[in-house]
Amino acid sequence: MTTLAKVEPLIRIKELSKQYRMGGETLNALDKVSLTVEKGDFLAIIGPSGSGKSTLMNVIGCLDAPTSGEYWLDGAEVSRLKENKLADIRNQKIGFIFQGFNLLTKLTAIENVELPLIYRGIPAKQRKQQAIEALKKVGLEERIHHRPVELSGGQQQRVAIARALAGNPPILLADEPTGALDTKTGKEVMGFIKELNALGHTIILITHDIEISHQAKRVVKIMDGKLNEEGGGQDELHTSI
Amino acid sequence: MNFIQAFKMALMSILSNKLRSLLTMLGIIIGVTAVIALVALGQGATKSVTEQVESLGTNLLTVNILGRGTTSTLKVTEAVAIADKVEGIKYIAPANSQSTSVKYGTNTKTVSIVGTNADYALVKDYKVATGRFLAQIDLDVYQKVAVIGSTTATDLFGFGSPLGEYILIQGTRFKVVGVLEEKGDSTTGSNDEVVMIPETSAERLFKSKGVRTIYVQAETPEVIDSVVTGLEAELSDHFRGNTDSYRVFNQSDALSALTSVSDTLTLALAGIAGISLLVGGIGIMNIMLVSVTERTREIGIRKAIGAKKRDILIQFLIESMMLSGLGGVLGIGIGIGAAKGASTVFNMDIQFSINIIMVAFFFSVFIGVLFGMFPANKAAKLKPIDALRYE
Repeated sequence: MTTLAKVEPLIRIKELSKQYRMGGETLNALDKVSLTVEKGDFLAIIGPSGSGKSTLMNVIGCLDAPTSGEYWLDGAEVSRLKENKLADIRNQKIGFIFQGFNLLTKLTAIENVELPLIYRGIPAKQRKQQAIEALKKVGLEERIHHRPVELSGGQQQRVAIARALAGNPPILLADEPTGALDTKTGKEVMGFIKELNALGHTIILITHDIEISHQAKRVVKIMDGKLNEEGGGQDELHTSI
Repeated sequence: MNFIQAFKMALMSILSNKLRSLLTMLGIIIGVTAVIALVALGQGATKSVTEQVESLGTNLLTVNILGRGTTSTLKVTEAVAIADKVEGIKYIAPANSQSTSVKYGTNTKTVSIVGTNADYALVKDYKVATGRFLAQIDLDVYQKVAVIGSTTATDLFGFGSPLGEYILIQGTRFKVVGVLEEKGDSTTGSNDEVVMIPETSAERLFKSKGVRTIYVQAETPEVIDSVVTGLEAELSDHFRGNTDSYRVFNQSDALSALTSVSDTLTLALAGIAGISLLVGGIGIMNIMLVSVTERTREIGIRKAIGAKKRDILIQFLIESMMLSGLGGVLGIGIGIGAAKGASTVFNMDIQFSINIIMVAFFFSVFIGVLFGMFPANKAAKLKPIDALRYE
């Protein structure tokens, strides 16, 4: 069984489609997409707006359910799960890093980082410890009691990364993590994400910026709801399944 | 997520917007204040009415004998004998009263002359200031003695001592043997403008046979009902089933009528106050709905990082529950203060009942849950992607 578990990739998406109905017309946001992500991978999904990359991110992040197809996450089929199960999966398997940081402005840094652990039901003492550890990883142990408004954009994004890290999820899902930052802090944050990948975290990065996508180990292009592996092409993508 | 955490979150959210929270609570505060203050005043009024009636004697019964013509009315001895036949009677006092003029020297006074026996003082709670009250022997030998009320004494004798003096009642001389203590007025008139003479002498004086009224005091208020039944049975026997010949009046009937009136009043007050609580609840729902819309993004973030429907529902429910509960606590405090203030300013009796306070508190919490349900459900049902996209 152990050998089997090893060959099973972290994410295996097979012929996944997502359709939206808009005023009677059906819109194929994702059209039979197949994708595999191995443990420790650093994948960038690149595409212009309207290409379906947000939909893909929502599906990968278990925020949205696909219309058809299979989605195996960490050895479990999740595409047909109910909302509460999906919430559990989001809580335990995925760490979100959003473009707009999405921190709760009324809470301090540590309270924000604690949030996923609260929903996981971890007791207060252990929670605090884990949150402080995560904030240490992003180098913000000095500012744990600051509110988001008292932090710079880069620091806020680092708090958000700490929040994603706190629950120790197998996947970090970053949606335009540098989109709201200036070039310099953006570079810092990207450097930081790369560091995390080097530490063994699996990272999926969604961006429209080619330069940023080049920092990933692997780049996948999305266009009109269809995926294309950059360089390698469709074949390689299928061979990896 | 556990409840302590949810309470902390709710408290934080309430405190982060103090003015709005206070304004939201205002409806509940006013409602609970009204409930507490009005019910305290209402129950105070009930209590003072009850006390007044009780001071008349709750175990007192009055029997009026109407009779079937003069001959078949009840004789004194028969009336007193009832006490031995009916269980639970403590005192029994037959009384014949008539309003007539009393003369001493040149002073004339119209007073109520009561022909009665020794028990009358006990039943009617009269106390003798000087001298003695009537005794059974006075009745037996048709003594012409009188016990006079305090007002009658000062009216007729001024500051002189009436004891041993003779007064004229309808021309007949009666010796004053006792003066009563002052008792004050009651609904039936002055209690101090009276002259009491032996029943038998009164019958002779007024040339009327039999007893017109019997005052009965039961041993305890609990046995009143059985005494009433016993009396009615005896009287029905005596008058051969003619129930129109007598009437038994129960003091406690009057009491229960009075208390039911003021209880109804209290209930009406509480009802009006309860409506304002309901209005307060609608206020909470309104603000909670606004709050849910405002915090759509927060809800999206929470859901994205793993909050379940239940977690969001509980968060908002507890928040509205806390708002209304806190409003309830403040309302109870202000209500108690307001009632105390009103009682000192208007000189009214108040009475707080812990039951009402608890009911007011839990009702306000319940209002919070009830009116928080809709907004909380709205928040819980938000889809994470839509909520995250909300600006």
